[in-house]
Amino acid sequence: MIAVTLIVSFAIRLTGDPAVMLAQGAGSITEADLERIREALGLNQSFLAQYIGFLRGLVVGDFGRSFMGGTPVSDLIGRALPATLALAFASLFVSIVVSIPLGIKAAVSRGRWPDQMIRIFSLIGLSFPNFWLAIMLVLLLSITFNLLPPSGMEGFSSFIMPAATMGIILTATNVRLVRTTMLDTLRSQYIMVARAKGLSNTVVLYKHALRNCSIPLITYFGLQFGGLLGGIVVVERVFNWPGLGTLAFEAVSARDYPVLQGVITVLSLMIISINLLVDIAYGLVDPRVRKE
Amino acid sequence: MTITPALSVRSLGVNFGSNQVVKNLSFDVYPGKTTAIVGESGSGKSVTSLAIMRLVEYMNAEITSGTILFHRDASGSQPQDLTQLSDKAMRKIRGKEIAMIFQEPMTSLNPVYTIGDQITEVLVLHEKLTQDAARVEAVKLLKLVRLADAEALLKRYPHQLSGGMRQRVMIAMALACRPKVLVADEPTTALDVTIQAQILTIMRDLQQELGMAVIFITHDMGVVAEMADQVVVMRHGEKVEEGAVEEIFARPQHPYTQALLAAVPKLGSMQGEALPRMDPLVVLDGNVARTLGESRQQDTARIDEAPVVEIENLVTRFDIRKGFFGGVSHRVHAVENVSFSIFPGETLALVGESGSGKSTIGRTIQQLQESTSGTIRFGGKAVADMSRAEKMRLRQEVQYIFQDPFASLDPRKTVGFSIAEPIRTHGLLHGAKAIRQRVNQLLERVGLSADQAERYPHEFSGGQRQRVCIARALASKPKLIIADEALSALDVSIQAQIIHLLMELQQDEGLAYLFISHDMAVVEKMSHRVAVLHLGQVVELGERRAVFDSPQHSYTRKLLSAVPVADPAQRRERTLLQGDILSPIRKVGDEPEHWPLVQVASGHFVAQEVGSAERLAS
Repeated sequence: MIAVTLIVSFAIRLTGDPAVMLAQGAGSITEADLERIREALGLNQSFLAQYIGFLRGLVVGDFGRSFMGGTPVSDLIGRALPATLALAFASLFVSIVVSIPLGIKAAVSRGRWPDQMIRIFSLIGLSFPNFWLAIMLVLLLSITFNLLPPSGMEGFSSFIMPAATMGIILTATNVRLVRTTMLDTLRSQYIMVARAKGLSNTVVLYKHALRNCSIPLITYFGLQFGGLLGGIVVVERVFNWPGLGTLAFEAVSARDYPVLQGVITVLSLMIISINLLVDIAYGLVDPRVRKE
Repeated sequence: MTITPALSVRSLGVNFGSNQVVKNLSFDVYPGKTTAIVGESGSGKSVTSLAIMRLVEYMNAEITSGTILFHRDASGSQPQDLTQLSDKAMRKIRGKEIAMIFQEPMTSLNPVYTIGDQITEVLVLHEKLTQDAARVEAVKLLKLVRLADAEALLKRYPHQLSGGMRQRVMIAMALACRPKVLVADEPTTALDVTIQAQILTIMRDLQQELGMAVIFITHDMGVVAEMADQVVVMRHGEKVEEGAVEEIFARPQHPYTQALLAAVPKLGSMQGEALPRMDPLVVLDGNVARTLGESRQQDTARIDEAPVVEIENLVTRFDIRKGFFGGVSHRVHAVENVSFSIFPGETLALVGESGSGKSTIGRTIQQLQESTSGTIRFGGKAVADMSRAEKMRLRQEVQYIFQDPFASLDPRKTVGFSIAEPIRTHGLLHGAKAIRQRVNQLLERVGLSADQAERYPHEFSGGQRQRVCIARALASKPKLIIADEALSALDVSIQAQIIHLLMELQQDEGLAYLFISHDMAVVEKMSHRVAVLHLGQVVELGERRAVFDSPQHSYTRKLLSAVPVADPAQRRERTLLQGDILSPIRKVGDEPEHWPLVQVASGHFVAQEVGSAERLAS
């Protein structure tokens, strides 16, 4: 956590002088003006002093103020975070709901046509860059057929395209993962035992096999969440989604250090808590992980 | 009046793709009787059991011909042909009318559901019981398979149970709906002998109580002799012989059956003989059983010489840590105070059940495992005092053969490379040509041909791979070979050949063997002396004849009585052996009691048992 904030704070300062960015367009600027801006923003201090200042604020939940307009960073994040979380969970939900039945279907009909079809679709899904897919969806569904709003976050219909974009890409990898772990599990003897009991296919697959697959699946879904937050920056940009991605993007363009530091800190916090949730989930699905 | 069979299999054929694995198989099973299907690996016996359950479809195999007639009752009602039923109709029969027990108790229960969930599931499905009624019935079933504390067991998960307990749960599950036919596929193969004896007794008792027809699939002729009424011998997917169990054992007609029975080591067959005996091999030559070689005493032990290895008060323990920063809370007392010596040319057998520490002793001698205390001396010198060079030399003189010959060979290296590796490592020969010659010579020595050096492990059969492992062990010219369950994974006919090879090598090269095994019959056949291990301690040590013919310790007697003897004439009514295998895991500070060894006859040592003094006095 400390390491992440340190690296980010350092790297961001390599990008250039925000004072110059701020002053742009203000006509003639003297070196003395720039110096005044730097002093006001605290940029004249050493890197270490700035970083310690940032950490101090962090302890009491204060991320500082934006260089642009002086809004507290925590307010900006507070507005953007729910939008991002909603989109992230919607995409994850789409991918899980689609990939589990498809993956199981592929595993069961291994080598036959449903399996081949699912694998081909998964390959196609894997080959899409997310921004391209997003643009194509906007072109097709919003511009040509005018079915869905092209951007912004207003109501359920505006969720469909961004969640589908992220969801399709996640589903493509998840289907393969579900298929592989399912194939492994179906080879286990307890599956044969379940069949020998006379249980129906659905019960065998969804009760006996799926829960045994869930350890690798949960691990992967948890890891994927990190990647998902990375991918969301681009997708939010395309759909003009008022989330952390858009906020971060604008902060980078403006060299708005406090905002960017804040966003990154919140994102890494989220990834850490997801990992904690994953560990708790292990214990729920698999009694062998629980403590005696 | 003729009795209707519960199940009649007629001209059954099963294919994996274009490969026919069961051909034209016919047999009957009668209510209350047991038909055993025996055969070696690849004989199609397991596929037959799955075909009866119509589970082969889930393994990408299909029934290509024949009928499986199932008679629900003896009153001559129309039988059902299982091969013609829809999957839905078949699901009503599976688990209700015909149930199955599988080989691996460790993997046949679903790890993420409780025992209770898994048993009640069948009852709710077929008997339409409510959850509560099903739980009451499940408790009854667990008591039926002699499991104590049944209510508490319902809430446990499979990983909290021992192998023997899991197999009983499996039986309880199979019997839940009182099936007419029970298919048991190697139900005791993965279990220790005393647990095997328990399970077999339970199965036989319950068969009588419920009047089930049992199809018992096994490779173990001892178990067949003990359980079967009727025997079907299979080979390469075909039935070679069928008959009543006494007939098959007394007068086998088919040469394959003759060879198979000749290869089975029979416990008690060495009674009264002082030395191991190398028996002639009976091999199948075309369609004739031919006897090769002759019977010879294995008089190779040179006990007047200095021992190859001496072990004194060896202790090996493993710490079990709990949590991330947790301290040591428990210890596995794998080996406790073990002392013995092995002389040149001698075979010392270590026998015991799982957790007895026999493998740990082997690994500690080979320096694969560090001992906690005690001394190991090679040629009179303690390992602890040895220099690096001397330890290296030790690794050359002591070689190991493992149970799984496939896992112990590198799949990406030719067998020639694997055999040459110890020669190179220890610098025994120099120059590619000389090494090459030695490899060829070793391959021929173990009964393979020199041109097989360029092949990879997967191109060999299990028995051939074990020969490669033996060749590799011989490559460094060892004095001692530690064979850790080296015969356990092999079919009996192959096992007989490997025993033959090991004894021949001992005769020619004067090798000493530390033979680690759970198989009492094999141990009886090939060892000079025997050490019986229990919970990491030696409970009995002596010449093989003394230990087998007059066992003194109660544990030795229990082990010997649990071994099924491959002779139906010796079948005995057995009382149920009680208790599970004890665990060598103890809390820190809870030191095990040491059992001092007492000499009862020349060279025959027995651990003193609690209360043994009184028993001797009475």
